[in-house]
Amino acid sequence: MAERVVITGMGIVCPLGHDVETVWQAMLAGKSGVSKNTIFDASTFPTTFDAEVKDYDYTKYTKNPDLHKHANRGSAFVVGAAVQACSQAAIDVETADPADGIDRSRLGIYLGAGEGSVDNDVFFAAIVEGWDAESNEMDWDKWAKVAFSRMSPMRELEQEPNMPAAHIAMLTAARGPTRSCLTACAASTQAAGEATMLIRRRDADVMIAGGAHSMIHPLGLTGFNRLTALSTRNDSPQTASRPFAAGRDGFILGEGAAILILESLSSAKKRNAEILAEVIGFGSSSDAFRVTDMHDQGRGAIQAITAALADAGISYKNVDYINTHGTSTTENDSIETKAIKAVFKERAKNTPASSVKSMLGHLIGAAGAAELITCVCAIRDNIAPPTTNLNDPDPELDLDYVPNEPRKMPINIAMNESFGFGGQNNVVIVKRYE
Amino acid sequence: MIPARVVITGLGAVTPLGLTVEDMWACLCAGTSGVDKITAFDPVGFSCKLAGQVPDFKIRDYVLKSFRKATKLMSRDIELSVAAAKEALVSSGLITKGIDPENINIDPTRMAINLGAGLISCDLVELAPAVAASITDGKFDILKWGKDGLEQVTPLWLLKYLPNMLACHIGIIHDIQGPSNTITCAEASAHLAISEAAQIIARGDSDTALAGGAEAKVNPIVMIRQCLLKRAANEDFDDPAAACRPFDADAKGSIFGEAAGVVILESLQNAQRRGAKIYAEVVGFGQSNNINPAYEHLEPDGKGIEIAITKAMADANIKPEELDLIIPHGTGIPADDLAEAAAIQAALGDTAARPTVWPTKSMLSNTGAAAGALDIIAALCAMADGKIPAAKNCDRKAEGCNLNIVNQVQQKNIRYALCCSYTYGGQTAAIILKQPN
Repeated sequence: MAERVVITGMGIVCPLGHDVETVWQAMLAGKSGVSKNTIFDASTFPTTFDAEVKDYDYTKYTKNPDLHKHANRGSAFVVGAAVQACSQAAIDVETADPADGIDRSRLGIYLGAGEGSVDNDVFFAAIVEGWDAESNEMDWDKWAKVAFSRMSPMRELEQEPNMPAAHIAMLTAARGPTRSCLTACAASTQAAGEATMLIRRRDADVMIAGGAHSMIHPLGLTGFNRLTALSTRNDSPQTASRPFAAGRDGFILGEGAAILILESLSSAKKRNAEILAEVIGFGSSSDAFRVTDMHDQGRGAIQAITAALADAGISYKNVDYINTHGTSTTENDSIETKAIKAVFKERAKNTPASSVKSMLGHLIGAAGAAELITCVCAIRDNIAPPTTNLNDPDPELDLDYVPNEPRKMPINIAMNESFGFGGQNNVVIVKRYE
Repeated sequence: MIPARVVITGLGAVTPLGLTVEDMWACLCAGTSGVDKITAFDPVGFSCKLAGQVPDFKIRDYVLKSFRKATKLMSRDIELSVAAAKEALVSSGLITKGIDPENINIDPTRMAINLGAGLISCDLVELAPAVAASITDGKFDILKWGKDGLEQVTPLWLLKYLPNMLACHIGIIHDIQGPSNTITCAEASAHLAISEAAQIIARGDSDTALAGGAEAKVNPIVMIRQCLLKRAANEDFDDPAAACRPFDADAKGSIFGEAAGVVILESLQNAQRRGAKIYAEVVGFGQSNNINPAYEHLEPDGKGIEIAITKAMADANIKPEELDLIIPHGTGIPADDLAEAAAIQAALGDTAARPTVWPTKSMLSNTGAAAGALDIIAALCAMADGKIPAAKNCDRKAEGCNLNIVNQVQQKNIRYALCCSYTYGGQTAAIILKQPN
C-alpha cells in the first residue's frame, strides 16, 4: 500500500501579500496585485506594468541573513515562504539539533524554480564595451575586461535555477531527495506532484515542495513582450488580467514563491502535525505539438487531467472546484475550456472553474504552487475564489468561471491545472483530509 | 502494485569525443582527451582558455525534413540534445514519428521524457545589435531599449533559452506525449532526470522514457562564471589534454565543455516483449543534499554524497563488495574532489579501496547537465566490454584520496556500477546499474 500524502504546512510570498491568510483574504476581496512596474524603468516597453512582490524583507525570516545576501529575487522570496511553511508544519529551521521528529535524510526538497535575472548593469555594459557595430563583431577581450572587473561571482552563481533549493537546504538542513525542475509555467505543480511520488515511494517522509521565480527583469519582459504573450493594457493595469473574458489580451508577468509541506500520513500522525488537506492525484503529459502553441484540441491537457483523476481513483463527477491555469491569453483560456469540457462532459458547466491569475498575475514557475495553496484554502473554507475582471464574457467560453465574486459552496475535492510554454501539462488533485 | 523493473535499452552521446557513443567509447579507451583551446569565441582575456567542444555537425541531419524549419529555434543546448536523442532511439529499436513515421512501434502516450538542462545563456552576439541600438552617451539606456532595442530582438527569442525546450523539441520531433520534465540541478541534473524517469516507469505511468541531459557550456557568459568562481582551471597549460586532472595532486580546477547524453529507459517487461538489447538494469537510486554555507563547493566531508551513495546501495539491496566500478563526479577542483573521495570512502567503508574508480572528466570535460548521462553511458560501455579504460591525468593521487584509481586498462567483469554526482547549490545523486544476466 502506497503512503498517503498530506499537506501540513504552507507559505507564500506573492504580489497579494507575504503570508497565506493575507493572500487568501485578498483573493476573496477581489484585490489585484497588479500595478506599474517599479523594479526597473519599463516606461517605454510595450507593457509597463506587472504583478510585483512589494515591501518584502527576507531578513525578517532568518537569523543568518548573510547566508542569503546574494539571493536573486526568487530565492529571497522562497526564504520567507519556506520558513512560514516549516513553521506551520512544526519543522525546525536554522538549528543544529532539530527536535521536530523528522529524520533529516528523509526530509527532501522539490522546487519548480526559475533562473535569476542577469546582473543587468554589467551584463549590458560589457556588451556595449565589446561590440563593434561597424564590423558586427564582439571583441571578447574588451567584453571580458568589463565582465571580470565588475561581475560578482556569487551574484552570477545565484542566477542558477537550483539556487532557491540551496537556500531552503541551508535553512532546514534537509538531506533527503532534492530536485529542482523548470517546466515553464507548470513547474511548481510538477514539483508538488513528483514530490508526492517520492513520498509514496517512501524515498522521503517529508518534502518541502513548491516554486520560486521572478522574470520581472529587462530580458524577461523583453522575451514575453516579443512573444506578444503579455497584456498591453497599460492604461488600466488592475483590470488587465481578465481570464476567460472576451477582451483578454495576454497575461501579467508576476513573481513570488509558494511552498507546501508534503508529508506521509504516517509521519504527520506520528508528529501530531495539523493536516490541511490530502494530495490524492497527479497527472503529467506533454502536448508534443508546437513549441509556440498549445495543442489546438487540448490533447495534452486532457491527458494530464485524465491521468490525475485516474491516479486519484476518482471520477470527474467528484471534483468540486477547478483552479484553472487561466492565464488571460486568448489561446490558453479557449483551449483550457475545451479540455475541461472534454473531460467533464455533462458536468463541465456545473463545475466551478476560476482563475486567481486575474488577481495574482502569473508567477510563472511559482504559479502552480501558489494556486495549489489556493485550492487548500478553498477546501478549508468551502469557498471558491473568483475570477475577477470578468465583465465581458467571451461567448465561446461558457463554463462557470466564478465571475467577480467568491462563492460559498461545499468543496471537498479541488483540482489544480498548470500548462507550460512548450506543452508540459501538470495537474494535482487535493482533497479534504478525513 | 509491485514497481516495474527498469532497464536501459538505448544510448546516445554527442560529446567532445565525437558524435556517437561508439566514438566516445573508443576515445575513452584510447585515453584521448576532448579538451582543447576554445574556438567558439576568442577566449583572450579569459583566465581559462580551454574547453571540451563537440565536433561540427548539422542539426538538419538529425530531424525529418518537415521539422527543419523549427531548428531555427534551437539554441546549441537544444541541438546537442536532439542529436543525442536520435542516436539513443535508433540504438534502442524504438521507432517514433521522428525516426520513421510509417513504422512507429511506440505508444506515444506511454513514453515519458525527462532531461537535465542547464541555465541556457543567450547568444550575446545575437543580442548585441539590439543593445547597440540602445546606447545614450556611451551607456546602455533602458528607455531606448524598450523603444528600439527590443524591436530588434527576434520575436521567438525567449523560446530558445527556456530550459524545458530541450524536452519540448525532442517531444515534438518524436511525438512523446507522456510525462515530461526538465531537471535544472546543474551538474547533478542528468542523474536526477534519469532517476525520475525510471521511477515514472516503475510506478506504471509510462512504459518507456527518453532521459538524460544536455548543456552547452562553451559560451562566454557560462565560462566567465566558472572563471569568476575559480572553478575553472586558471593556468596556461602547454598540453590542453593534461589540464583536467580529477583527484590528481596537481589538479588546478575543472575544464568545462558541451555535450548531450541520452538513454532510453524501459520496463523490463516491455523490453523483453520486443526482444530489445538490454544494456543494464537500473537498480538503485539515492539522492541528498550537501549543506555548506559556501555553497559553490561541497562540504569538506562530502556528507551529501555519502548519504546518496548509502541510499542507492540500500535501494539496490547490494553490499559494497559487489560494486566493481565507480564513476565519480570528479571535476578536477581539488577541494571538491577530496570531499567526494571522503564521501565514497565513508559510504563504502573497508571496501572503499576495492572497486575501480574511473573519473571521466579528464577526457570528456565537465559538461554540466549532460555529465551524469555520459558517465552512465560510459559505465554501460565498460560493462558490455568487460573493460575499464585507464584513468587519465591522475598520475599522483592527491593527499587524502585513497580511491582505487587505475592508470591502465583493466579487463573486468562489472556486476554492478555506481555513478554519482553533485553540484554547487547542493543536490547530490547516485545511481546503481546492474549487468543484465
